[in-house]
Amino acid sequence: MIQIENLSKSFTLHNQGSAVIPVMAGASLIVRPGECVGLTGQSGAGKSTLMRMVYGNYLAAAGRLVVGDLDLVTAAPREIIALRRHTLGYVSQFLRVVPRVPTLDVVAEPLLALGRPPAEARRHAEGLLARLNIPERLWALSPTTFSGGEQQRVNIARGFAHAYPALLLDEPTASLDAVNREVVLTLIEEAKARGAAILGIFHDEAARARICDRLVDVTGFTPRLAA
Amino acid sequence: MTMMPRTITTDEPLLAVSGLTKRYGARIGCADVSFDLYPGEVLGIVGESGSGKSTLLSCLSGHLRPDFGRITYDARDVLAMGETERRRLGRTDWAYVHQNPRDGLRMGVSAGGNVGERLMAIGARHYGDIRDKAADWLGRVEIAADRIDDRPTAFSGGMQQRLQIARNLVTSPRLVFMDEPTGGLDVSVQARLLDLLRGLVRDLGLSVIIVTHDLAVVRLLAHRLMVMKGGRVVEQGLTDQVLDDPQHAYTQLLVSSVLQV
Repeated sequence: MIQIENLSKSFTLHNQGSAVIPVMAGASLIVRPGECVGLTGQSGAGKSTLMRMVYGNYLAAAGRLVVGDLDLVTAAPREIIALRRHTLGYVSQFLRVVPRVPTLDVVAEPLLALGRPPAEARRHAEGLLARLNIPERLWALSPTTFSGGEQQRVNIARGFAHAYPALLLDEPTASLDAVNREVVLTLIEEAKARGAAILGIFHDEAARARICDRLVDVTGFTPRLAA
Repeated sequence: MTMMPRTITTDEPLLAVSGLTKRYGARIGCADVSFDLYPGEVLGIVGESGSGKSTLLSCLSGHLRPDFGRITYDARDVLAMGETERRRLGRTDWAYVHQNPRDGLRMGVSAGGNVGERLMAIGARHYGDIRDKAADWLGRVEIAADRIDDRPTAFSGGMQQRLQIARNLVTSPRLVFMDEPTGGLDVSVQARLLDLLRGLVRDLGLSVIIVTHDLAVVRLLAHRLMVMKGGRVVEQGLTDQVLDDPQHAYTQLLVSSVLQV
């Protein structure tokens, strides 16, 4: 479902002496349907960079990066938009929303974008929020004022609203208590069981051991510095 | 996995622009601008004052005649159209939301009249129907029903802008041009307007071209982004990609100059 071959990336800083910083070379991995692959490596090794490239948020320099039937290295923007709407979900560490939009609508939005009837989308969103222990009195409020852990759970509810065939998870259990951590791990296991291909970053070692089928150390994809 | 949703759609662009150029004497207004816009897509155009984004919007919306280039709307050559046909397009399929609501509203006419007038311009004659439809649209932009007979002069800036949007969308256009629509508004009002616009784009399948200098607004509203400098497009792509991984020196400068809150 996710296939990466010989992917490379560098940043060119035009306003800082046109410095070229190679950040990734020869990245290759594969995630099959129903499988969860965890990215490991020290901070700065390129885990988040790789995740952002898979989501189309960072441009790749060369190589192949196929999600479903689309190669993101050569895809047109509108193909990536369609991919994100139907096929590829992303739970980032931070929630980014239009201020003042109620939590319920934030979570229902991915389903509304797919053209689902609003009542059905909201019902589904309610179910997820309840499961993630977001108190019902908060559903009509904007999540921008919520605590870090609450925002994280709203973000997860939104990311799991649609049954994406492929999912990117960036530290999904980072700021959660034991009860909610368990809910999130169960959600991930359910997604795997329905055939979702998951690529993630999990610093929580117990969580990693429980849900990841394989680990890929991105240190191997770090370009060697020129001598 | 057995069923794979198709990620590639094969529909035709609603608007196709190629090589669009407008000069003011020796000075470049905009030069060699090309892009496609598909149904349901929001295209953001950013750049500093004088970058050519307003000239481009004027050329696209028919307010200014370009010197060179081609504009195809729904398989029709816009620049080859007669004046009458282009005006009809402006009343039916297209809409233009001005930065200053006073430029897009008739300040001496009631709120309901402002919305109803657009309907009458395309042939609506039944008073009851026109009033019902105007009331429906005032509701959609969250203007209370009891304000229908008030003039826009009695409205706040945010309400005026929402009224302008209702006036523009009541005729169910397919393509909306917006020039800094959140420009003069308080941030709290901006957020509400952004949410409204996102909902309308999603529910009505609108295509939108929005010119702004506010990168936060395009991040939340535009699917795709075009960056202009000196009349030329220096970079275009997926909005979050252009903002998070800018390739051109000017875009890098623009993005890194935004103050963090």
